[in-house]
Amino acid sequence: MAPKRQLRVGTQWLYVDEAEKLLREAIRIQEEEEKKRHGGHPQSWIRRYVFSTDHKWIGLQYGFTALLFLLFGFSLMLLMRLQLAWPNKAFGILKVLGETAAPGGVMLPETYNQLGAMHGTIMVFLAIVPLAVGAFGNYVVPLQIGAPDMAFPKLNMASYWCYLPGGLLMLGSFFAPGGAANSGWTSYPPLSVIATQGQTWWLLGMVFLITSSLLGSVNFIVTIIQLRAKGMTFMRFPFFVWAQLVTSFLLLLAFPPLEAAAILQLMDRVAGTSFFMPSGLVVSGNVLANAGGGNPLLWQHLFWFLAHPEVYVLILPAMGIVAEVLANNTRKPLWGYRSMVGAAVFLGFMSFVVWAHHMFLTGMGTVISAFFQTTTMIISIPSVIILTAMFMSLWGGSIRFNTPMLFALAFLPMFGIGGLTGLPLGLAASDIHLHDTYYVIGHFHYVVAPGTIFALFAGIYYWFPKVTGRMLNEFWGKVHFWLSLIFINGVFAPMFYQGLAGISRRLYDGGAQYAHANPAFKSNVLMTVSAWCLLAAQVPFIVNFFWNVFMAVLGKRNAGPNPWQATTLDWAATTSPPLAHGNFDVMPVVYRGPYEYSLPGHEFDYLPQHVEVPEAPPPGGGMLPEAVAVARREA
Amino acid sequence: MDAHAHAAHGHGELEIPFNVHPRPDTGLYNAKLGIWLFLASEVMLFGALFSSLILLRTGVENWPHGWKLLNVPLATLNTFVLISSSVTVVLAWASLRLGDLRKGKIYLALTLLCALIFMVVKAFEYGSKFSHHIHPSTDNFYAIYFTMTGLHGLHVLGGMVVFAYFLGPGAKMWQTEPARFTNRIEVCGLYWHFVDLVWIFLFPTLYLL
Repeated sequence: MAPKRQLRVGTQWLYVDEAEKLLREAIRIQEEEEKKRHGGHPQSWIRRYVFSTDHKWIGLQYGFTALLFLLFGFSLMLLMRLQLAWPNKAFGILKVLGETAAPGGVMLPETYNQLGAMHGTIMVFLAIVPLAVGAFGNYVVPLQIGAPDMAFPKLNMASYWCYLPGGLLMLGSFFAPGGAANSGWTSYPPLSVIATQGQTWWLLGMVFLITSSLLGSVNFIVTIIQLRAKGMTFMRFPFFVWAQLVTSFLLLLAFPPLEAAAILQLMDRVAGTSFFMPSGLVVSGNVLANAGGGNPLLWQHLFWFLAHPEVYVLILPAMGIVAEVLANNTRKPLWGYRSMVGAAVFLGFMSFVVWAHHMFLTGMGTVISAFFQTTTMIISIPSVIILTAMFMSLWGGSIRFNTPMLFALAFLPMFGIGGLTGLPLGLAASDIHLHDTYYVIGHFHYVVAPGTIFALFAGIYYWFPKVTGRMLNEFWGKVHFWLSLIFINGVFAPMFYQGLAGISRRLYDGGAQYAHANPAFKSNVLMTVSAWCLLAAQVPFIVNFFWNVFMAVLGKRNAGPNPWQATTLDWAATTSPPLAHGNFDVMPVVYRGPYEYSLPGHEFDYLPQHVEVPEAPPPGGGMLPEAVAVARREA
Repeated sequence: MDAHAHAAHGHGELEIPFNVHPRPDTGLYNAKLGIWLFLASEVMLFGALFSSLILLRTGVENWPHGWKLLNVPLATLNTFVLISSSVTVVLAWASLRLGDLRKGKIYLALTLLCALIFMVVKAFEYGSKFSHHIHPSTDNFYAIYFTMTGLHGLHVLGGMVVFAYFLGPGAKMWQTEPARFTNRIEVCGLYWHFVDLVWIFLFPTLYLL
């Protein structure tokens, strides 16, 4: 056995584990003092836990709510998949939808449409974006830049309290006459304008969600630009902060056109205008009485002006999380940090000029198609730069294969598949064949599900000890990872095959009526079984998660402030969990870039951003970087 | 005291750095950057509506001329009213910068009055249309007219609520934090200029073209 390592604290030599104990004791004392200091201002329960202005608690509120929506949106899809694999078969579980939606356990086409529209809406607007931006962004960004809170804590609170009613409106719409919105998550008119009342609920819900994201994005940008700690220059930001900054700009500038579109569609539905309604439209044999003269394409332009940048809102924070986890577990600086930052910013700009590649089939004209085809090819370049830099970061590293790292590593090929299968969709000629088939569904689900959601899981496993002071169980984490990886591919990989065989993505029976697609149709059973197994694969995660949350609430902690030995401020300069009031006891000062791992000439393989290296290291090696910080604080 | 260190040791309510005084390297206090970003998003909101107007107008053969259908003299009056209110809101801020709350409040009240006149004139315009049985559903010209001016009107109304608040209970802040109160007037003044600017685009596109 190797001799136990010693290090010097002040004038004394200590074993490393003893030093760590001392460090924890010091942090405990600090926490106690912090409590005493603010003891004179006890906050009411409601201000602390319901209408909290603390970015960490708001982040957790967002996180819990979004995870619930994620599970709910997933379960809608599970029901749809039953219908796709065994069309018009009665299932006991479908009876939960009620007699009107699924008489005798057989799903009605109208119900299928509702589930489809709401699955998309919930997953994008209520689950992934709030989790990636509302939860991770809120919790981590102020810690990583060394800020005491967000710039506008009350707006932050208002942001969550716009998100929640928006989500509840969406949920409530299932109980509206005629059920929830059923015109797809894209709500294309004229269908959506003549649809049942649920569509109005959907539009009102979107207005709340847009307001929430507006408040959030202003807050993020101001926080990142204004509340950076001393010495935290832009090129010293962890990549995650850059990703959130670009994301916030996308949310800020891309969402308002959808708000405009939602207002116009509301007017069409409520005030009888014809913004999106062409003249002489015949519905069920009757000519509609409205004035006409509107343009259904207008909605598509406004919608995709938001929804394409939205794709990058979904993927950029995920890339940010993966970058943090990769750098930490390869124990190397990110390869090409500056190129990655440049690529992310360029990606943000370009994402505003590619929207109409979703509309090649609308007959908007070849000149416009050619333009958007070109910009779409250009925007693939920065994504490739970021992904390449991430792959290169692995090169020559001594990789730690813990659960967050496994999820982050899986992100790379999964996002790669999602991205590369997007290229044929970006070219108008091949898109004509592939559009509206399952190929498209496969493509964007590879980007968002095994891509973004895996990155979010990496983030949950990675930051869980920071938030709770407890590590998630590694064994069950790995079980969760491997099962999820297998089954999620079982769900989505056959979609490429089905799509190339020409199966439309909008069929209630999954394509059973297509004689030519019969062989491809059979894979629906594999996909549905995989989807239900994927649900089962989440059980280890759910148990692992809640068990450890429960233990953390009881105050049983088993993780130090920096269990991953990371360099960024969120880990290196805070306790686990961080101080409730202002995050830091002493505001950190930043001396170097975010990923100073394995620096030659230093005893430890990580050098936190806020640790000032003494001019000449003491003989016999240095101290634990945190110990240096504690010693400095006490001096 | 350094703003960073100050924040951590503030008691009770957490103090956010650069809440009142500008950060040296950006030259902005938080709310000023925040309002500019908010206005950027507002530009996108109204930009989308103006783009929709263009698309709808070019999509049909006979789009009516605004000056034939709408009341141009009233709208011209309203344009002058709003521009005047932009001047008074700047004067309100300038007075507060010079430490004169009384004058500041007078200019703020004048701004509020201008906003009120604008809304009353607008109500007359709307009323005369409704009395001729003209509604948003009449045709797409009126649809976009009512939608855009209606949304602009909501912005004016929002501004009025804010001004009324700063004239009334909001003015208490002057006693404790005059600099912060002055900033607030500056920020809502920036918003107000934007609301004016939207009207300055709406007036020619809807009434004159």
